[in-house]
Amino acid sequence: MRNTIKIAARNLRRYRRRTLLTSSLITLGVVAVLLFISVSGSFKSMMIAQITDSMLGHLQIHQKGYLASIDTLPLNRNMKEGQVKKVTEILEEHPAIAAYSPRIRLGAMFSNYTETTNIRLNAVIPEREMETVPLLRERVIDGGGEGLVRQGEILVPELIAKGMNVKVGDGIVLVATNDDGSVNGQPFTVGGIVEGVTGPGGRDGYIHLDDARTLLRLEEKEISEIAVRIKDLDKLDSTYAAINDTLAPMINQAGKPAFEAHTWESLSPFFNIAKMIDLMTMSIKVMLVAIVLVSIMNVMIMAVYERINEIGTIAAMGTVPTRILALFLTEGFLLGILGAAIGIVVSLAAIAVLRAAELTFNFGQQQGLVLIPFIKTGDVISIALIVIGIAVLGSLQPAWKAARMDPITALRHV
Amino acid sequence: MSLITAKHLEKTYPGDIPVKAIRGIDFTIEPASFVSFVGPSGSGKSTLLNMLGCLDPPTGGHLTVSGQDVSALRGRAAAEFRGRHIGFIFQDFNLIPVLSVFENIEYPLQMVQTWPQDERRQRVETMLAAVGMADQGHKYPHQISGGQKQRVAVARALVTRAELILADEPTANLDRVTALHIISLMKAMRDEFGTTFIFSTHDPKIVSSAETIFTIEDGRLAVGDIDGGSHA
Ligand SMILES: Nc1ncnc2c1ncn2[C@@H]1O[C@H](COP(=O)(O)OP(=O)(O)OP(=O)(O)O)[C@@H](O)[C@H]1O
Ligand SMILES: [Mg+2]
Repeated sequence: MRNTIKIAARNLRRYRRRTLLTSSLITLGVVAVLLFISVSGSFKSMMIAQITDSMLGHLQIHQKGYLASIDTLPLNRNMKEGQVKKVTEILEEHPAIAAYSPRIRLGAMFSNYTETTNIRLNAVIPEREMETVPLLRERVIDGGGEGLVRQGEILVPELIAKGMNVKVGDGIVLVATNDDGSVNGQPFTVGGIVEGVTGPGGRDGYIHLDDARTLLRLEEKEISEIAVRIKDLDKLDSTYAAINDTLAPMINQAGKPAFEAHTWESLSPFFNIAKMIDLMTMSIKVMLVAIVLVSIMNVMIMAVYERINEIGTIAAMGTVPTRILALFLTEGFLLGILGAAIGIVVSLAAIAVLRAAELTFNFGQQQGLVLIPFIKTGDVISIALIVIGIAVLGSLQPAWKAARMDPITALRHV
Repeated sequence: MSLITAKHLEKTYPGDIPVKAIRGIDFTIEPASFVSFVGPSGSGKSTLLNMLGCLDPPTGGHLTVSGQDVSALRGRAAAEFRGRHIGFIFQDFNLIPVLSVFENIEYPLQMVQTWPQDERRQRVETMLAAVGMADQGHKYPHQISGGQKQRVAVARALVTRAELILADEPTANLDRVTALHIISLMKAMRDEFGTTFIFSTHDPKIVSSAETIFTIEDGRLAVGDIDGGSHA
């Protein structure tokens, strides 16, 4: 085996220019893929983090049917106290869950005593909300004390604050219609201005959960939704499946499923963009495979053709076909390793440069996000394996041809 | 027992007009012979040597080499048989350019047979000395002359102690003097190792060095051989 590698390596060195050309083509492909993966991947995960960590959470649980009519924020589809208890018991027990936050979502009239507008509100327990969506705190651009939102305070969405000309410290009134149609008003102080984010609920205000209960005169401790944060986003699907499986058999009085759970993916339109990025990553990988396959096959076909006489010689001396096959496969394998290794080194260097350059970009409302490209070891390894595997695959046909060559025909070849 | 026994050996190359290159010949060759096949161009020398070397199967008759019927050997089995019993010397030397002289001679011990490293080294050094290339082992084929290359090729063919060495026009690319040196080297090797050498040539001077001469004409053996071999 050692000798096979030695001969293969020397043959690569013998045609130095060609070897360099082929491996730099592979290098180029590897660099393109790894850079794309790292840049798009970090863009993607940053966007996902923005969406999940500042508003949606990773998962949400509602009473069945809530999401279908979410536009009207229907109070009559809130989870009742008993239901909430059941769900929280499940969430408390599940080891993959980092935090969860019960919310009441409501629509209200927002009045600054001269003008009135509509506002959509999330009523939350501040500590729980901050654990579940840790980036929400950063969206509060003005005001907002220690605890996000205190009782009697409201975080006003930036657009409403501008339009209604309210500042931190101003008094306003919220008027809401409760479940059974009676109207109630309650004064609030503007505790902070909250920046909008792209996606559903991204322009909602925040109040304390207890305030929502008095405003809506809720007698029961009912909840519109429970936002859930899981520990490891890579385990989203399995965690979601586990929770869904536990919730599915729970039925209401009518005998229908009582709950519905959704991942951020089905709650946010950004998921389609994320999927597009994945698709582009996939197609650029396919291009890499094509580059490696074509260039290796090309160079190995030439290698076999140029060495027909040598193949005839070693075959005549009694080298068995499998060994000849191995000689040429090894050559392709080494070329693949060479291209992959150089490609990885160059890519890592380029990624380091990009990080140092601190490129910024804007995404919807958020401005000046710093792009921090990163690449997972797993991605590097998988690309290396793909390149090397394809290199061997690309050498297979030429190597096979060499192995099957008739020694006399090969020896007679000029 | 004879090293080679050929009975009614035939080779017809297929094609639109099939070529009867060897038309049923019979002969035997004893171990440690020094044999030459001579004949005009196109008479069938290469065809015959290829069959003896198990590179190309006969289309008729029977051929026994080293006690084994090789008429039906193909592919891998033929390669393995060659690797064990037969060495080759080529007209164009055919050393492997990426291997040094030492490594070229070592090749059959490593890539065809599997010898331990120490024994390999010893054997290669023995062979280098035997062909007078003891201090040239580190050189590469492009750094030595044609005559030296053919010496290396002789060493490579002999290194496994094959019983039979086939050389199709081994001196065609060498000048007269060098050619005679190579032939006498081959003879010396036969004397030392008891290996049978069979070579083909056009050159009458070279032919005269052989102890057994078979003359081929148009695919048939003609009379005129000296002692050692015999028509059956
Ligand atoms: N692969 C082949 N296909 C068809 N005919 C062939 C093939 N090889 C050789 N022949 C024919 O067989 C006959 C014998 O050829 P061979 O090469 O054995 O002659 P040779 O004695 O070695 O000649 P030379 O002295 O020129 O090398 C010739 O007529 C040749 O044209
Ligand atoms: Mg010939």
